[in-house]
Amino acid sequence: MTSQAPAPSSSAVRFDTVGLRYGADGPEVLRDVGFTLPAGSFHFLTGASGAGKSSLLRLIYMGAAPSRGTVSVFDRDTARITPADRTSLRRRMGVVFHDFRLIDHMTAFDNAALPLRVAGQKPKTYLEDVQELLSWVGLGTRTGSYPPALSAGEKQRLAIARAVVGRPWLILADEPTGAVDDDMAVRILRLFVELNRLGATVLIATHDRELVARSGMPSLHLEHGRLTEGQL
Amino acid sequence: MSPYRPGPLLPAGEGRDTALFTVVAILCFLAVFGAMTAAAADRAAAGWSRSMAAEATVQVNPRPDESGDQAAARAAEVLAGIPGVSEAEALERAEAERLLRPWLGETILPDLPLPHLVVVRLDEAQPAAPESLSRALAEAGLDARVDDHSIWRADVGRAALTAKAAAIALALLAALAAGASVVFASRAALESRHEMVEVLSLTGAADAFITNLFQTRFAWLAAVAGAAGALAACALLASVVLGGGDQGLTPALPFDWSDIILAAPAPVLAGVLAALAARLTVGRLLRVAYRTETRG
Repeated sequence: MTSQAPAPSSSAVRFDTVGLRYGADGPEVLRDVGFTLPAGSFHFLTGASGAGKSSLLRLIYMGAAPSRGTVSVFDRDTARITPADRTSLRRRMGVVFHDFRLIDHMTAFDNAALPLRVAGQKPKTYLEDVQELLSWVGLGTRTGSYPPALSAGEKQRLAIARAVVGRPWLILADEPTGAVDDDMAVRILRLFVELNRLGATVLIATHDRELVARSGMPSLHLEHGRLTEGQL
Repeated sequence: MSPYRPGPLLPAGEGRDTALFTVVAILCFLAVFGAMTAAAADRAAAGWSRSMAAEATVQVNPRPDESGDQAAARAAEVLAGIPGVSEAEALERAEAERLLRPWLGETILPDLPLPHLVVVRLDEAQPAAPESLSRALAEAGLDARVDDHSIWRADVGRAALTAKAAAIALALLAALAAGASVVFASRAALESRHEMVEVLSLTGAADAFITNLFQTRFAWLAAVAGAAGALAACALLASVVLGGGDQGLTPALPFDWSDIILAAPAPVLAGVLAALAARLTVGRLLRVAYRTETRG
């Protein structure tokens, strides 16, 4: 497992009058969004379905480019970086996708270890850590199982394990507790809080406002593509 | 407990790979056998021209005081002594009738006046010129006309060139079709894996890592398929040659064992084309993964 390193800049994520539309003539799904996530902060991103939460996360993990405005991650403008720099930034991020994006022909263990493996680490250096992490998320006995054989909750926990296995500086999670029971949701939240205490910046997209209220953490709120809370 | 070994990043084999393998193998087979056919056509054309150039025919008009057979025999004797002539043989009436029988039948042949001919076989290395044959015959007091087959040779040469060009064009078309299919099939197979490309990229795999992964996979697959197609073409060639070649199954096309060498480039070319197609396609998928086209 990679060692935890402090974020090198004062802001982990910065949006400056960002707009996003899919296709040249598509509707704008994000409009004039501006905010800053200081390094080491913990935020929720709330909003109804279709408000633009997933699109906003997508801009941060560079799964899309903004139609206008500037998205900066660790003080790097994501539209002006080289592919190598993009890879480097992605290795500092852990993303929990709403649709999990697990690889079906790989075991749960290999899925969880994927970020370490593609970064060039040898199996012997991460074997124990990955096993421990999978046990921690309740998948200790399912390490040899393939995603199609896992339940939705197990897939979600596996996706979370893959996102945090490299101790990223920035954690983006899209509805990470949507498919797990309340106890597991609390457990997962505790994991994110713990990683945040160790220095990681965390942004969790959720429509569960009760979870947000219970955590006491600040939030950004999106309505129809506009930020109504937490704007710059 | 056995030591842990990570599973493959790409699935070991899938139906879509089988389809790609089959298409590439069939097209490589066609391209290689097309090239072998072109080589055989070239060999046949060269053979026809060579054998026509090595012969001349002399028609002798006998004097009033001698028979046609006597005049032909005298002409053959004169011609045999000329440098560049290997053999000169007067064509007897019985032999001329034998040659004409398939076209004219038995009935009219005995009453038909036939020309008195001498068949001249020339030295292939240094053939005698038609003019020297004519001069020698005239000096011997023979009224004769030399036909060096030049008109026929030009016709046969043109026909052979056409046959050769057609065979080469077909071989090139098959090779182009094979190349295009390798490219399109590789791209199609990769497009269906765009999610895999995206997940690898988003989990921190470098573009070069992803490109090499798919490039190696598709190059290897196409190379093996190309080898299978080339082997099938070699097997067909072997069956044709063992079946008698131009003396047996393919009378007009003298296939040869040396044509096997034409199969060698097929796996390499298929592999290289697939690798290039994979590299370009993955590069495009990675760019699409960042969807820069949305930027206005």
